[in-house]
Parts: sequence; C-alpha cells; structure tokens
Amino acid sequence: MLPELFFAYFAVTITGLSILVITRKNPVHSVLWMLVLFIHIAALYVFLNAEFLAAVQIIVYAGAILVLFLFVIMLLNLRKEEIEQKFQKQWPLGMLAGTLFILFFVIILNKFAVFPAPGEYSIQAIQGEGNIMVIGKVLYTEYLLPFEIASLVLLVAIIGAVVLAKKKISE
Amino acid sequence: MLEYTLIPLLPLIAFVINIIFGRNYIKDKAHWVSVPAVIGSFVLAVAAFMDVQSGKVININLYRWIVSGDFNVPIGFLIDPLTAVMLIVVTSISSLIFIYSIGYMHGDKGYYRFFAYLSLFVFSMLTLVMSNNFLLLYFGWEAVGLCSYFLIGFWFDKKSAANAGKKAFIVNRFGDFGFGLGVILVFLTFGSLEYTKVFSDAGSVIGKTISIFGYEVNTITLICLLLFCGAVGKSAQLPLHVWLPDAMEGPTPVSALIHAATMVTAGVFMVARCNPLFSLSHTAMTTVAVVGGVTSIFAASIGLVQNDIKRIIAYSTVSQLGYMFLALGVGAYSAGIFHLYTHAYFKALLFLGSGSVIHALHDEMNIQKMGGLKKYMPVTYWTFIAASLSIAGIPGLAGFFSKDEILWRAYAGGDAGRWLWLLATIAAFMTAFYSFRLIFLTFHGKFRGTHEQEHHLHESPSVMTIPLIFLAIGAVASGWVGIPPLLMEHGDRIGEFLAPVLGPPKGEGSHAEEWMVMGLSVFVGLAGIFTAYIMYLKKTELPYKIGEKFQAVYKLLYNKYWIDELYDKTIVRPVLSVSEKIILGFFDAKIIEGVVNGVPNLIGAFSQRLRKIQTGMLSHYAVAMALGVLVIIGAVIFLK
Amino acid sequence: MVPLSWYIMLSAVVFSIGVIGFLTRRNLIIVFISVELMLNAANISLVAFSHYLQSIKGQIMVFFIITVAAAEAAIGLAILIAFYRNNPTIKVDEINLLKG
Repeated sequence: MLPELFFAYFAVTITGLSILVITRKNPVHSVLWMLVLFIHIAALYVFLNAEFLAAVQIIVYAGAILVLFLFVIMLLNLRKEEIEQKFQKQWPLGMLAGTLFILFFVIILNKFAVFPAPGEYSIQAIQGEGNIMVIGKVLYTEYLLPFEIASLVLLVAIIGAVVLAKKKISE
Repeated sequence: MLEYTLIPLLPLIAFVINIIFGRNYIKDKAHWVSVPAVIGSFVLAVAAFMDVQSGKVININLYRWIVSGDFNVPIGFLIDPLTAVMLIVVTSISSLIFIYSIGYMHGDKGYYRFFAYLSLFVFSMLTLVMSNNFLLLYFGWEAVGLCSYFLIGFWFDKKSAANAGKKAFIVNRFGDFGFGLGVILVFLTFGSLEYTKVFSDAGSVIGKTISIFGYEVNTITLICLLLFCGAVGKSAQLPLHVWLPDAMEGPTPVSALIHAATMVTAGVFMVARCNPLFSLSHTAMTTVAVVGGVTSIFAASIGLVQNDIKRIIAYSTVSQLGYMFLALGVGAYSAGIFHLYTHAYFKALLFLGSGSVIHALHDEMNIQKMGGLKKYMPVTYWTFIAASLSIAGIPGLAGFFSKDEILWRAYAGGDAGRWLWLLATIAAFMTAFYSFRLIFLTFHGKFRGTHEQEHHLHESPSVMTIPLIFLAIGAVASGWVGIPPLLMEHGDRIGEFLAPVLGPPKGEGSHAEEWMVMGLSVFVGLAGIFTAYIMYLKKTELPYKIGEKFQAVYKLLYNKYWIDELYDKTIVRPVLSVSEKIILGFFDAKIIEGVVNGVPNLIGAFSQRLRKIQTGMLSHYAVAMALGVLVIIGAVIFLK
Repeated sequence: MVPLSWYIMLSAVVFSIGVIGFLTRRNLIIVFISVELMLNAANISLVAFSHYLQSIKGQIMVFFIITVAAAEAAIGLAILIAFYRNNPTIKVDEINLLKG
C-alpha cells in the first residue's frame, strides 16, 4: 500500500508541476518550478533503483541546464515581454494535439500484451554490486564508442555555443 | 597486342589536350601535341603491319560496351591485312598532312582548334577501320561525319563554309540512315554485330527473304544495299556526291585529309570489309559496280570544265572513288583497296600542292587567273607533275598499276563488265585531260592574276614542301607493291597480302586481252595529256571555240548537270516550306508551345495558392509536425 | 508493487503537457523548457522499463539523453541569444524568417 501511496503523491505532484511550468507568465518562475519538478523526478528515479541517474538528474539538469536557462533569461532582460499575451492564437490546436497524445498513449498502453523476458540485472544483482558499478561496467565496455561520441557531441556543443553567442567584432 | 589500342587513342588524347588547354595555354603550339601523337600512331601502325605480315590476325575485345539481353556489343579491335593497309594509309597520310598544316594554318586564330579537330578526325577514322563489329564501325562512321562537319565549316564566320559544312552533314544523313538500317538488319538477321560471327554465318542465310510492305526481299541483298547506301553518302557517289565539291570550302589540308585520302574511302573500306556479304548477292554487286562506273565518268566529265582548282580535284576524287566501287562491284576487292591506297598518296599530294598554290596566291582559287607558276614554285610544280602523271596512268607510276588492275578486272568481269570497262576507259581519258589542263593553266603560260599577286609569288616554306616531296615519293612508288603478274612474277604482293581477307580476284582472260587493256589505258592517258597540251598550250583559242560550238554540253557540264539545282527544287525547298508552314507554323507554335507553356502556367497557378501555407511561423510548422506524428500513430493503432 | 503502466501513464501525461507547452506558448524560452519537459518524460518511461525488465540498458540510454539534452540546451540558447541580438523579440509568432 505504501509504494502505491508514494507513487500517487509523486504522480500528482509531477503532473501539477508540469502544468505550472508551462503556464507561468514569468519564465523565471517557470524555471524555478522546473527545478522542483526535476527534484521530484530524481526521487522517482531513486524509487526505481536508479540512484546514479537521480544524482545526474540533480547535477546536470538542475545544476547546469536550469542555471543556463536562468542566465539567458537574465541576459535577455525580458521585462516588457511578460505583460503581453501568454499563449499563441493557435492554442486550441496545441491543446487538441496534447489531448490526442494522451488518448493515444492510453490506447497503446491497453494494447501492451507481451513483454520480453527479464534481463540479468535484477534488483538484487544491482544492489549486490552497486548501481554505479553496474552502469560503469556496461558503459565502458559495451557502450564505449557511443560514450566517446557523446563526449564529442558535448565538445561540439561547447564550441558551437561560444561561436554562436559571441558578438561579431567586425560589426 | 594491347599497345595497338594506342593507335586510335593517341590522337584522341591529343584532341582532349588541345580542346581543353588549347584556347588559353597551348595556342599556337598545338602542333606539338597533335603531330607527335599521330606520328606515334603511324609508328604503331607500321608495327601492327609487320605483325600482320608475319601471319597474325589480332582480334581483341577490350570492353563490353553494351549488354542488353541478346544485344551484346564489345569495344574491340580487329587487325587483319585489310585493316593493316588502311592503318598505314590513314596514319602516314595524316602525319604528312599534320606537318603540312603547321605551315598552311600558321597564324590562323583557330590554330589549336584546327589541330584538335584533325586529331579527333584521325581518331574516328582509325576507330572505323580498326573496329571488329558493326556498331563501333558505325560509331567511327558518324564521328568521321561529325569531324568533317567541324572541319568543312572551320571558318564558320564565312557563310559559304558554314553552309558547306551543313550540306555535307545533311547529305551524309541520307546515306547514314540507310547504313543504320543496314546495321540493325544485320543484327536482326545474325543476332550479332561482330564481324567474325556475321561473316562466318553469312552462308546460312542465302535465299532467306524478309517481308517489307508485303514484298519479299532477299535479306542479304537488302543488307548489302542498305550498307551500300551509307557508302554512297560517305564516298560521294551518285546521287549523293553533291557535298564533296562544296566541302572544298574548308582549309586545304582538310580537303586533302578528309575529302581525298581517308574519310571518303570509308565507304570503299566498308564494302571491302563486308565482302563476304556482298559476294553472296549478285544484285548488290551489280549495283555497286554500276554506281561506281557511272559516277567515275559522270564526275570526270564535270571536272573537264571547272575553273576552281580545288573543285577540279574534288571531282577527280569522286571519279576515282567511282573506280574503286567499280572494282569492288566486279569482285576485285583487292584491286579496289589497292587503288584506294595509291590514290590516297597522289590525291593528297594534288590537294596539298593546290593548297601550296592557293597559299602563294593569297586564296585565289580560279585557275583562269593563274599561270606561269612553274618558275616561282618549282617543288610544288614537280610534285604536282608526279601526282598528275600518276593519276593519268603513265606506266611505272602508282596510278598506272592500280588503275590498270581495275580496268582489267572490269574487262574480265563478263558482259556487263565490258560496258563498265568502256566507261572507265573514257573516264581515264578525261582524268588525264583535266589533270593536265589544270597543270597547264596553273603552272605554264603567262601569269594572269593581278600585279599585286605576282609580286608576292613565292615557294611555300619547307614545312609544307617536305610533306609534298614525301607524298610525291608515295605517288610514284606506292604502286610497286602491286605489279600485275603479267609484267612480273609475284609482283602483285598487295593482292596476295589481302587475299586472306578479300579472296582472290575473279575473272578470266587471255594474255593478249590483258596486254590490250593495258595498252589502251596507257594510250588514253597519253592522249588525254596530249589533247590538253594542244588545247591549253599550243592553240589556246581552241577551248573557247569548242565551248561556243557545243554550248549546250558546255553549260550542262559547267553547271554540274544542274544536280544541285534539281535537289534544291525537289527536296530542299519542299522540305523547307513544309517545315516553315506546318511544323513551325502549326505544330511548334500551337501544340508544342501550348504544352510547354501550359504546364508551367498550371503549376504556377497551383503554387500561388500553395505558397500561402508557407507562413514562415515556427509554431505553425511545429503544429503540423505534431499532427503528422499523431496521424502516423493513429494509423499504426487503428489500421493494425 | 506499482504496475509498470502507471509509470508509463505518468510519462505520457508529462510528455503531453510538454507538447501542449511547446505548441501554445509564445515565449521562446518556455518553448525550450517544454522541450526539456518532453525529454524528461521520455527518461521516466525509460528508467521504468529498465527497472521492470531488469535491464540496465534503459539507464544507459537516459544517460545519453541527458548528455544530448545538455548539448541541445547550450546550442539552442546560444542561437536564441544570437537571434535576439538581431531581432529583439522572443515571441514565437513574430519570428517568421523561414518565409522565403
């Protein structure tokens, strides 16, 4: 009973926070609600035996990405934007699309019938070795090449961000 | 063996280099590219000749060109005695003409272009003679026609030259259409285009017929006549001879190379190459012989009265080609090829000599305005004499042996052959006459041009005279490989050399008759020279008197039997008016333009409405994308 | 034990809210945040599948998605700044430079 209650709390909170995030007038508020949302999602990861990801979620998303967002918002100095109309004229279409997505997910969920056989990483196995150990082993053996490519992607992003955002000196 | 593919490739490489780099980089050094290339081809051709002489026949497929079901065409080369002789002729004459062109074309603004086209021409001609199947032959055949168009119209800013180029191209189309049909029919009949297969199977289709519009026609005869159509066009035989004299608008080396020594002989070569087919059809053979015989006397008679130095030689070419076809038609293939070979030397020499004269007189071509050039241009004069004696059939010179061989084979070829022999003998008389008329009017007597021209008279530079001397040696000596057995045991070496491909000559006759034919041919040759001597050196008023007396005949000949005018009235004008009124006026303006303009108008109108969708708004695209994803998911869910 | 479908349902709801935000908001920064929201929704379902199917690969995938999300946020915001410098607006429906 306890896990269900626990999940119910998180589900309701996450949904509510999501709605708050996309409806705030001031983007700074949005980002702050987003921070709370990310912390809840991280807690959900712990609940699913993914401690490492929970930590990464807090460090990368909350610590890095959201801070980046805040910086940009402050950089742009958006005072007069706030008072204007929040939604686009096409908002009913967007609502329709979102509702249809939920509807389709429900239908798809009902059609789930066959699941693949459980893999070798049972809860006991992961707990026996430790979550970070398991992820590290798989990441540096089976997924070594994608891991290196990911580092390259990040490098490109760093250089790209600098090149795109810097002022053109000649102009 | 593979190095022989370089024979056509070297000129092709020279062409590519000259056409790409000629305009900006090579410019007036174009001969440094083309001349070594063609001389390289000549050296390889000699090597190939040696190889073939030792009894080898080279037949290699280099590359599968077209593979489509049963239709399988390789790019491949066949070097047998016939090809070897042609290779020697083409490459040696081209080499000399290339060298001559260095002097003749010096300072022309299209110098690099000239050498590029000449190289391309040599490539095409070598492909034509070396191919081992009909399609590659056809390729070379058309490429040669294309090059002749480029080169006749080389001075394209001169209207008459551009027109002559077009005329040559269009007249050749008539023949080539037949030739193309012939090649298709060969494939339909034999299922292959390769010489070896077609010729070895030729015997199996004797007597087979093909139905055309309800008429049963003998297949072999039809193939031969269609192929011969192409030969008639390319070798300027009646009734498609009209382009060759006009082709003299091109630079003189072109006339020498293309319209005397090599390209026009393509038809002769092709008929000789297809001799296994032609030999099976009596009708086709007779047609070839009659067309050849009639053309020879027809063209010679026109040549009697022309005044343009190059046109006289051009008609002489048509006439000599007629001889070659006559020989082929009576089954004396090797005699035809022998004449082709000797003719190439003395005719190239005549053209280059006339080029030298024209060069000295600053583009004057009317022989009535020449005269007395002997003392100014000794080398040109003496080489011209050698060529003319050779073409007149004076014993000991090249033309004598080959022409005598043809006359004798014609005479020995039965009743029809006798008549053709008679025609050819009369033509021989005319040939001797007009050749020496040309010489006497050009080199003897007094100079009749302007004072200005006389002041500038000079012998051509040595880069032009040396090829003349080499060709003169050819004009004198090239016939010594074909001395008739009557005069020398085993003298007919070229006939024996070609026999494996072309077969032994047919026809029987006694020694007495052979002596008679030979004697008569020498006699008419001398008589022609003597008549010319009387008329143009001794009693110079005589030509005018004769012209007055037989005015009708003179006009008929002078206007070339009005054939150009006839074609103009019956073919050119009707075609033009049909094109203008029906095709241009109705079909093109209404139907083609209607469709061509209608489709874009329709699309334009549709696009005008469609572009409204293109708002440029990011969120509109995002909504469209989201809805698109939903449609796909919906399709997966509900249609499964 | 919480069934897998609950997690998937939660993921779907968050994802759809992200979609709605993406399609309706005018503020470009909030549109970006909506994209992050959608990525997180995907992450939730991946981690849930990883747990229930006892496979570590779902978590590895989430790890990569976070990497890409970081890169995407950096580049996207850089573009935003570069754009804002030329056209001082971040209202989505005033940006129509895509129109030729």
